[in-house]
Amino acid sequence: MAKVVAKTDIGPPHYSNMLPPIVKENYGKWAYHEILTPGVLVHVSENGDKLYTVRVGSPRLMSILMVREICDLADKYCDGYLRFTSRHNIEFLLTDESKIEPLIADLEKMGLPVGGTGHSASNIIHTQGWLHCHTAATDASGIVKAIMDDLYEYFVDMKLPAKLKVAVACCLNMCGAVHCSDIAILGIHRTVPKIDHERLHQVCEIPTVVASCPTGAIRPDPKRKSVKVNEEKCMYCGNCYTMCPAMQIMDPENDGVAIMVGGKVSNARTAPMFSRLAIPFLPNNPPRWPEVVEAVRNIVDTWIRDAREGERVGEWIERIGWERFFEKTGIPFTEKHIDDYIFSVPTFRSTTQFKS
Amino acid sequence: MADKETPLLDELEKGPWPSFVKDMKRMGEKNPAARDHLRLLEKSYEDKLVHWKHGGIVGVQGYGGGVIGRYSDMPEEFPHVREFHTFRVNQPSGWFYTTEALRKLCDVWETYGSGMTNFHGSTGDVILLGAPTENLQACFNALSENGFDLGGSGSDLRTPSACVGPARCEYACIDTLDLCHDLTMEFQDEIHRPMWPYKFKIKIAGCPNDCVAAIARSDFSIIGTWKDALKIDQDAVKEYAEAGFDIQGLVVDKCPTKALKYEGGRLELVPEDCTKCMHCINKMPKALRPGDEKGAALLIGGKATILQSAFLSWVIVPWMEMKPPYDELKDLLRRIWEWWDENGKVRERVGELIYRLGMRNFLKAVGLKPVPQMVFRPRANPYIFWWPEEVGKNG
Repeated sequence: MAKVVAKTDIGPPHYSNMLPPIVKENYGKWAYHEILTPGVLVHVSENGDKLYTVRVGSPRLMSILMVREICDLADKYCDGYLRFTSRHNIEFLLTDESKIEPLIADLEKMGLPVGGTGHSASNIIHTQGWLHCHTAATDASGIVKAIMDDLYEYFVDMKLPAKLKVAVACCLNMCGAVHCSDIAILGIHRTVPKIDHERLHQVCEIPTVVASCPTGAIRPDPKRKSVKVNEEKCMYCGNCYTMCPAMQIMDPENDGVAIMVGGKVSNARTAPMFSRLAIPFLPNNPPRWPEVVEAVRNIVDTWIRDAREGERVGEWIERIGWERFFEKTGIPFTEKHIDDYIFSVPTFRSTTQFKS
Repeated sequence: MADKETPLLDELEKGPWPSFVKDMKRMGEKNPAARDHLRLLEKSYEDKLVHWKHGGIVGVQGYGGGVIGRYSDMPEEFPHVREFHTFRVNQPSGWFYTTEALRKLCDVWETYGSGMTNFHGSTGDVILLGAPTENLQACFNALSENGFDLGGSGSDLRTPSACVGPARCEYACIDTLDLCHDLTMEFQDEIHRPMWPYKFKIKIAGCPNDCVAAIARSDFSIIGTWKDALKIDQDAVKEYAEAGFDIQGLVVDKCPTKALKYEGGRLELVPEDCTKCMHCINKMPKALRPGDEKGAALLIGGKATILQSAFLSWVIVPWMEMKPPYDELKDLLRRIWEWWDENGKVRERVGELIYRLGMRNFLKAVGLKPVPQMVFRPRANPYIFWWPEEVGKNG
């Protein structure tokens, strides 16, 4: 064990030491911005200074070798400064317009795409998946790679009706918070947990396991010093497994993904909205999840064909109505789409205003 | 790396989007942990099953969070990821870096870990994926010597994060970077030593576009906005019109409250009808800007599904000025934490506690006055609770 020599609670490096000089000089003084080409922005300050940003898609999962290569580019073109966005993009910050083209040429050589601005498909925010999480019902990086390969043309161009934000979370814990994305891909379980009765009382407190269940499906089983699960009440959320490793919820045969659509977080035009269920289940089919890629493509294609200029997926669906969404996408509407959890009633159609 | 060691993952080397598999293979040639990491992922792809065991508490001296224990369930076959713990490293505000700082992080992680990272994790930290238990303290020491500290994990204040703000955005109504750094420094103890019912996330967005998804992804959402009328530059409006931009169709007709009129080449606003949604400003950034009286709206309760459904944060303070040292904000946060800590059950987020006990109890406890901005519409049922002092005794 190494000696404790480190200072604690020093906090992160101060951001002011990380800002390029042009940003420091124009901090809070930006006047406007324009998108010059897909992935290239210019911000113009009140005194006329221009800051160019080249936005680059990354897999988020990066080796230090790749990070150093990105640093090499930032040293070559950006005086050693760069930033990342909230959607895992890398942003190169330039003051010299003439360096944009050579930078993009170098990025192309590295296989890094420039885009993600305006009416484009932004990079996918996502969780760890099988790569590094113990509760994952699916992988995240693999699905992201397969979908972004398919949506690539929409990342590097701006030909969508509006911006498209896709997110992947590998279980219902949703570390990726996919509940407000235009298209959300969510790892789900579909079978009740298998209880390891031998182990349960050794590693878990029974009252805690019972209390962990949001539907009251778990009851004590005093005879076995364990618990039992009411299968009819279990909705496979996995919260009991998070609390107790003896409640094994992984099921390779039955785990897979659900697709939800129409969420947004921006307040522009319409209030923020949740994503809502479009497809209750698609199988885990690694390495490229073709069913998921095809389903996303179908939703995107239908949206492109049908939406008006500037309409996010959720705004488009709210305008045409969900009955039309299912009709136009050809996605079957089933009992699984009708909410039966605790806030269900306000989602029921309590009006005769609907399209036949 | 040996050929055909990962035939399934090799399929993810194809296609135009950058391949994490290619990158991990390169790292695997230099670091056996990265190689085993990829091989273990291949095993998950074969089995359609995760191969990480449940939990395991690890850490560094003086901290209760920031390092997440991770153990493979196949330690014999994949010995270099037997222990594969995660560091969360607190990012600088707005995710700005010098290459010098990034290279230091890389050097530390080359010495002590797998060499694999996430830029960034969902909450905002730099994620360093995979170090053995024996390296944890030394890795932390090295991070600290190089000016970095850990972020939050477990039932604590998670690492706050902020949008790019005034560093590069004309929409910023508050100094998101300064506020994020200030709160992070003020609440180091709350970030590093879990002591609450569950996690608590703070995100700071400079304007209602909310590029950090504060309203969806944080228990306490600070969203910049303004009080007075947005500013219109009529000359710039003319330039948009002359360039063929459809001001009526793409801006005025899309205003959610019909607060804009475009007549005779002039764009006019009815300020009292504007809800500051940002749409018109987004469409015409050269002509329109937020007003001068800037501050933030504070919202509470945002979270993902587990347990009581996903919540979007809702308004608790429609307006607060955001100026250093942010005492009013910090006091409010402390009052909220005190009430939540006192009343919350294990793994109950603050929004779920408010749902369980009611806004009236929350507002009373933290000393906020009810205002109509807190709700879309009032209740439709007559199940009204009365405080004892508001009514006489029955009989």
